[in-house]
Amino acid sequence: MMTSAGLRGNLLLALGSAVVASMPLWAMPYHVQLASTALIGGMFALSLQLLVGATGLVSLAHGAFFGLGSYAVYLLSKALGGAPSVFLSLPGAMLLAGTAAAMVGALALRTQGFFFLMTTLAFGQMLFFLFHDTPIGGGMDGVFIPRPDLIWPVPKAWRAPVFLWLNLGVLAAMYAGLWALMRTMFGHALLGIRANEARMRAMGHDVQRLKLAAFITAGALAGAAGHMAALTDAFVSPELLGWHRSAEALLMVLLGGIGALHGPILGAIALTVIQELGHLITERQKLVEGLAILLAVLLLRHGLAGRSK
Amino acid sequence: MTGFLAQILNGVQYGLLLFLISSGLTLIFGVMGVINLAHGSLFMIGAYLAYVLTAASVPLWAALLAAIAGGAVFGAILERILFRHFRTREHLDQVLLTFALILLFEEARAFLIDNQYHSVPVPAALDFSVPVVGDFAYSAYRLAVLAACLGVAGLMVLFVERTRVGAAIRAAAENPEMVAALGLDSRRIHTLVFAAGTALAMLAGALAAPLQSVYPGMGDGFLILSFVVVVIGGLGSIGGAFWAALLIGLIDTMGKAYVPGLAGLAVFAMMALVLLWRPTGLFSRA
Repeated sequence: MMTSAGLRGNLLLALGSAVVASMPLWAMPYHVQLASTALIGGMFALSLQLLVGATGLVSLAHGAFFGLGSYAVYLLSKALGGAPSVFLSLPGAMLLAGTAAAMVGALALRTQGFFFLMTTLAFGQMLFFLFHDTPIGGGMDGVFIPRPDLIWPVPKAWRAPVFLWLNLGVLAAMYAGLWALMRTMFGHALLGIRANEARMRAMGHDVQRLKLAAFITAGALAGAAGHMAALTDAFVSPELLGWHRSAEALLMVLLGGIGALHGPILGAIALTVIQELGHLITERQKLVEGLAILLAVLLLRHGLAGRSK
Repeated sequence: MTGFLAQILNGVQYGLLLFLISSGLTLIFGVMGVINLAHGSLFMIGAYLAYVLTAASVPLWAALLAAIAGGAVFGAILERILFRHFRTREHLDQVLLTFALILLFEEARAFLIDNQYHSVPVPAALDFSVPVVGDFAYSAYRLAVLAACLGVAGLMVLFVERTRVGAAIRAAAENPEMVAALGLDSRRIHTLVFAAGTALAMLAGALAAPLQSVYPGMGDGFLILSFVVVVIGGLGSIGGAFWAALLIGLIDTMGKAYVPGLAGLAVFAMMALVLLWRPTGLFSRA
């Protein structure tokens, strides 16, 4: 069962959004950028929640779809010889990531359990190698890209706040969209698969097709998150596709709680704060992150969003 | 022609190293039901152990023995204090716990040694070329690695197929309840399997150290290819892992040598074909 934040929770989320949106008024520019990073992490983890929390699929290819969404901006700008319009690059990113997810999903969903983990990891790394070892994406060190054109040109001083509001808007839209999706027959069927796959099959549901649809939708949404990262940072590198990103997204989902739709957003904020604190107090960020994961998995059984009923 | 022969031998030798890593991985899956993403880090630790010891002028053969013994002890400790408790956890938890181990191993290495690239010299006694056919000569150390891997593989098959403990391991992979019903202590089997898997991965790292650079991310590529081997070979199957590892070693080496534009992608195309044809692995009985 997947809970949502409820009326009070949604009011709190709205209040939190208002606080985030007002950050350019009172926070340092660096922290405004950091908030954008957390919001993009929230989109990424939210897209993964459709697989982990809703369908019960643990995928290690999700980072690759995020990275493809970022690289779609680079590929489009190279094809057009300049910055694409955001109305082209966002659907383009979702299409590219969704298509890749369809191909990976069609193969990986033929397996189950551990094999699904291993095949998604392997195909995800294949996409990473494609951008790391071949010239298709501008090389292993990454490239600076022209930002997609918004409706009006954004002066440099306004970039951080405008991107913050944009990211907040996309995250809110994604949350609302998934909230609505989980209330459709499709959403209920996915929850049914997570609860008891054999029963769903016995009831005549085409479990394979439902899973693939979830995998493609989640991949396309991860692509949208990757697109927003490219737009915010104006830089793409193969590391965006690597499986360590997928593991980080799983961590955000787990930190926030797999039983709640809004959990990943809390998890993304928590992870960004943990990483930033780790950066401030020690050189050894991986130590902080590793210990945080151990503590979260061993102690935090229901995530920050609390126990699901 | 001699170039082609060298690539074949390189491929076989690479495949055998992959087998040392993936056989441990597949046994740990099969017997314990645990996915260990940190298995590639164990390979990295073995390579750094060989670097530290040989830099302190310990001969390489002693470093190899140290990797096996150290790996067995390290693996047994890891199983007792961590992996034993991961067994009953969900996949998501296992993925994250072993990912955390990767980060902690990385930090431990950075703290105890460093983050630099290193090279380990080929032992002087094996630093020559052996004439194989006609004017084709091949590195003696690479031939020794090939022989050592084959020897370890042979010992392992003998142990698993011909001894009582080996029979218990096979039983544990097939039917864990049966093992308990027969009065065998499955916890000791788990400790043994995990210790052996760790020793094999660290031995592979130490063997590979003179063949390539020793660097922080060196286990990543091997981890991914080991997963491909397990997917192609079938879960818990030593024989499947052996043939799949040889196949992957040859395909990867040949692909990189003769179709450089494709880089390492040939291996994944192979995996895709196997998934289309036999999703449970080429060598599974199902």
